[in-house]
Amino acid sequence: MERIPILQMGQFLLVTIQVDMHDRLALALQDDLTDRIVKTSASGVLIDISSLEIVDSFIGRVLGNIATVSQLLGTETVIVGMQPAIAITLVELGLSLSGVRTAANIDAGMRLLQISLGAPFHGGLDANP
Amino acid sequence: MSLSSTSKIADLLEKNETELLRNWLTELEASGLRRDDLMRSTELNQQCHEFLRMFRSAAQHENFSDVQAPEWGSVRQLLTDISRDRAQQGFTSSEVATFIFSFKKPLFDQLKRELAQQNDLLVESIWTVTDVLDQLGLWTTEVFQQAREKVILRQQQELLELSTPVVKLWEGILALPMIGTLDSARTQVVMETLLQQIVETGSQVVIIDITGVPTVDTLVAQYLLKTVEAARLMGTDCIISGIRPQIAQTIVHLGLDLSGVITKATLADAFAIALKKRQLTIVSKASQSV
Repeated sequence: MERIPILQMGQFLLVTIQVDMHDRLALALQDDLTDRIVKTSASGVLIDISSLEIVDSFIGRVLGNIATVSQLLGTETVIVGMQPAIAITLVELGLSLSGVRTAANIDAGMRLLQISLGAPFHGGLDANP
Repeated sequence: MSLSSTSKIADLLEKNETELLRNWLTELEASGLRRDDLMRSTELNQQCHEFLRMFRSAAQHENFSDVQAPEWGSVRQLLTDISRDRAQQGFTSSEVATFIFSFKKPLFDQLKRELAQQNDLLVESIWTVTDVLDQLGLWTTEVFQQAREKVILRQQQELLELSTPVVKLWEGILALPMIGTLDSARTQVVMETLLQQIVETGSQVVIIDITGVPTVDTLVAQYLLKTVEAARLMGTDCIISGIRPQIAQTIVHLGLDLSGVITKATLADAFAIALKKRQLTIVSKASQSV
């Protein structure tokens, strides 16, 4: 069965969703990610959904769940790169993912994680001195 | 009575075309329909001449009861063109209809002269002519209205495009000055444009300025909250500015909860907050040099 890869970058986990999510894939990701967080004791998770073009109420809820579960496990979670159409759909569905942190792109998301973990951030395209 | 009224009319139109045209133009002038400020008199002459020619050839078919019939096609087409032109030139609908109705008098006069001895035929002819000219007059009004409606529709669309500008105030700061009453069609366009601009510019802060929105009701407030939420999901902070005192009171009276959103009275205040969020400061040159 196909799975969404979870990459480790130092103390962070990076999940890039490159394919259209279907229900089983989303649930598998939720299981895999929680396992990995516990195993690696990562301090931050970035979920990049910039390639996600379609979302329904189930996927929206699972995304919210993934973020909430990660936060429960003590991991800062940031969802990055949401497309306008997805944002409108989620709001219309009443799934505004309150409590989940968001950022425009991976770079901004990484900086957000660094800041919230108190670590200095180096690099990035428009990093302010 | 060997001749029917219909063939009589066709015959009469055929014989007296020049005279009818002359009388009609005099009639038009008397009715004050000659608007030299809106169109040239040669153009009016041309149109009358053209109409008369087509009316005559349609009359040959002796079918005066139904102007929707194919033999009236060219007359209808001509009137459609005239009516549409006049709608754009700024004539009123009655002025356009009078163009046709004023043709009655010269035609009646002619009929009266021709059929002075045959009362029954005269009355019948007049009825036939009235019927057909009324139908044609109503046709012009209908076309006129359609032309006007098209203009209104186009203006609505233009307004929609005009009224949703997304302005870049600074690197990473966007402003959305909203003007006019918000309805669901407009709000959808505004929301989509804004979110698209956020992606294109990669902005972190958006200021939604509602100074130009005359009233805020529950629907508008709900829309504002939705936009703010959608922008937040995309990783952008929203500030709502331009809340006038009356609007602030309305919001409180309606019991709307805008507590999750940063709100400011003026665009300037909101801009200051946005700069702060971006960790930027504006310093006066004078104070720097002192």
